[in-house]
Amino acid sequence: MNRLGDLERAVMDVLWERIEPMTVRDVGRALSDRDLAHTTVMTVLDRLAKKGVVQRTREGRAWRYRPAASRENYVSELMFDALGQTGDRDAALAAFVRSMSGPEAEALRRALAESDEP
Amino acid sequence: MVSAVLLAMISGSCLLAATHLRRAQWPARGPYVAIIAWQALGLAWGISTIGALLALGLTPYERGVVGGLFALVRDAAAHGLMLPQLADPRLGALRGVAIVAAVGLTLLLFWGLVLSFVQVLRTRSRHRHLLELVGRDDPDVPGARVLDHPAAAAYCLPGVLNPQVVISAGALAMLDRKELAAVLAHEHAHLRQRHDLVLLPFSSLKRAFPRVRFMATCYNSVALLIEMCADDQARRAHSPRELATALVRFGTAGNPTVPAGAMAVVPNPDQPEVLTRVSRLLNPGARLSRTTSTAVLLGSAALMATTLGLWNLPM
Repeated sequence: MNRLGDLERAVMDVLWERIEPMTVRDVGRALSDRDLAHTTVMTVLDRLAKKGVVQRTREGRAWRYRPAASRENYVSELMFDALGQTGDRDAALAAFVRSMSGPEAEALRRALAESDEP
Repeated sequence: MVSAVLLAMISGSCLLAATHLRRAQWPARGPYVAIIAWQALGLAWGISTIGALLALGLTPYERGVVGGLFALVRDAAAHGLMLPQLADPRLGALRGVAIVAAVGLTLLLFWGLVLSFVQVLRTRSRHRHLLELVGRDDPDVPGARVLDHPAAAAYCLPGVLNPQVVISAGALAMLDRKELAAVLAHEHAHLRQRHDLVLLPFSSLKRAFPRVRFMATCYNSVALLIEMCADDQARRAHSPRELATALVRFGTAGNPTVPAGAMAVVPNPDQPEVLTRVSRLLNPGARLSRTTSTAVLLGSAALMATTLGLWNLPM
């Protein structure tokens, strides 16, 4: 993964961990082991805000950032993309197999059981 | 007029051939050849239908499609947009309608393709970005990203720079090592052979004619053939039985945490596609013979050549 992607991920992890919205300085402090410049953190947060995964609110002179949705929400959204192959999404991703109906599943189990026999 | 009639016949034959191809048994034995046949039919249908409409509209010039178009441009340049030759009081309106329909169909098909592609890229881009944020790497699953979700899913995210195979924690828990390897090989085959691009024209056809059920069935047929191609690739290095059991596990897993609306797969009694794939893996029939393959490929080439030739027929 590229460096920027890696940073975005680290910043999101920090934001998801805390409940309170955080300032750029808070985020930088939480990632102190990475020794990031203040402007770097700001750039990353700005990018994330532009992409809509982070929301910001003004508080006094500083912006405070918080995730637009929980990590679980995003995981669900990705699963929804992958499994809910409806409408215009169908060509974007290719799922291994779509879900099947009860009788189909039953027929499949039978086919497998039959193939077990010599 | 001759070219209009012949092109209309080709257009009709393409539809007829598509209904046959959809129900034919041989594509399962030679999915690659069948996909080429589908592409040729789709393309020839579009080109011949547009050509037939144009040829009908441009009949007074008596030069067929290409010659007629040139004549139309010259006519318009010489006499302005009144087009005295076309504006015959009796049939002028019909010809106008034919030309407008031809232009409309061209735009619909062309823009449909462009729009589908843009939409696909946008969906993938957002998906890829979120995946970077919430997916994780797993040493047990090299070459794939893992999503921590209890439902079973395995899919690929095609792309030029950064193609990804994704598998959910639910799927990891459900598959044994060998099945997992077979599933990953299947997904990597999709990415390597850019199956998404093969499907794109059919997905845009479906989009261009959302109310025509036939387009959706064609799309499903091609989608199934693509899955068969990937199954065949996976089968080279893995046992077909492992792939089949993996398919069954996925198909019967149910996805309890995904909202019901997400699984809006229209049940299609014509094509229980997983069943087709599984039985094909367990009882592989003879592969399509070289003679039949050659015949289909030559037929596809001949269809394209004839269609394009008729566009140039000056009568």
